[in-house]
Amino acid sequence: MSDTAVERGSARIPTPVVSPRELLPWAIAVSVLMLVLVYFVGSEEGALSLISGTSVHEFVHDARHLLGFPCH
Amino acid sequence: MARTLLVRGLIAGVLAGVLAFVFAKIFGEPQIDKAIAFEEMLAAAAGDPGEPEVVSRGVQSTLGLFTGTVVMGIALGSIYAIVFAWAYGRIGALGARATAALLALAAFLAITLVPSTKYPANPPTVGNPDTIDRRTLLFFAMIAISVLALLAAWRLWQQLAPRLGAWNGAIVAAIVFVAVIAVAELILPTVQETPRGFPADVLWHFRVASIGINATLWAALGLGFGALAERVLEPSAARRAAAPARA
Repeated sequence: MSDTAVERGSARIPTPVVSPRELLPWAIAVSVLMLVLVYFVGSEEGALSLISGTSVHEFVHDARHLLGFPCH
Repeated sequence: MARTLLVRGLIAGVLAGVLAFVFAKIFGEPQIDKAIAFEEMLAAAAGDPGEPEVVSRGVQSTLGLFTGTVVMGIALGSIYAIVFAWAYGRIGALGARATAALLALAAFLAITLVPSTKYPANPPTVGNPDTIDRRTLLFFAMIAISVLALLAAWRLWQQLAPRLGAWNGAIVAAIVFVAVIAVAELILPTVQETPRGFPADVLWHFRVASIGINATLWAALGLGFGALAERVLEPSAARRAAAPARA
């Protein structure tokens, strides 16, 4: 892979490497993935419940409290 | 390149999650144990048999905690890599490592530190189960306000810097950011659900540990991803850093 930084005197000015057009589908897919993962660690069986019972909530209980999510 | 950066975001995210777990295990778990001991003391005093354990404390404090922090590292690492892919080369004359560190610092400020001044982390026992819907909504609303306010302050700085200079522009933008947060925190309802008699030092240490866990996560993500991204974006700079003797 080529060096994307352009040499200008002693300062190296980086140029953008990804166009918004290329980035958009990645941004959408990753945002959805992030929401799902954050939901399961942070809020499942709290304000909402997709899976019945409290096993997910209880399993990640300590991480949920320590990462700062509201719990109980 | 989006794919290349995303893969590195995932790797840095796993690393950050593991380090956050280590910090949480050492500094966070003792406070959770003290909070649970207080809860059990209250239950015993009230003649309450206590809740049955669905997942044992041993699992919660090891495998459960590890899963939670690593999944969070993967989630934040992947979205962070996409934001970086957009930001690199577009936010001034910053190299890969500086861009990565600045983004992680901004994320820590906007997602953890600022919102925690209004809705801080709470240990078990603190918090009424009946108000979880409202508290969850307020928690995410405060994060959204904080992120939007930081983005707005950044745009403001970009407009002010050519006229006022970089320093003065930054001071004005920071004042506007703090003012927006102050107004939001005054308007949003206060949550006060700490039970009477709950040890104040446990609450304090728990909250400091929580901020420390998030700081560990973002620091590892920013510095780890910066090093990985530099190798693909600026290979000659990475080589110089790896072999300073020959430079």
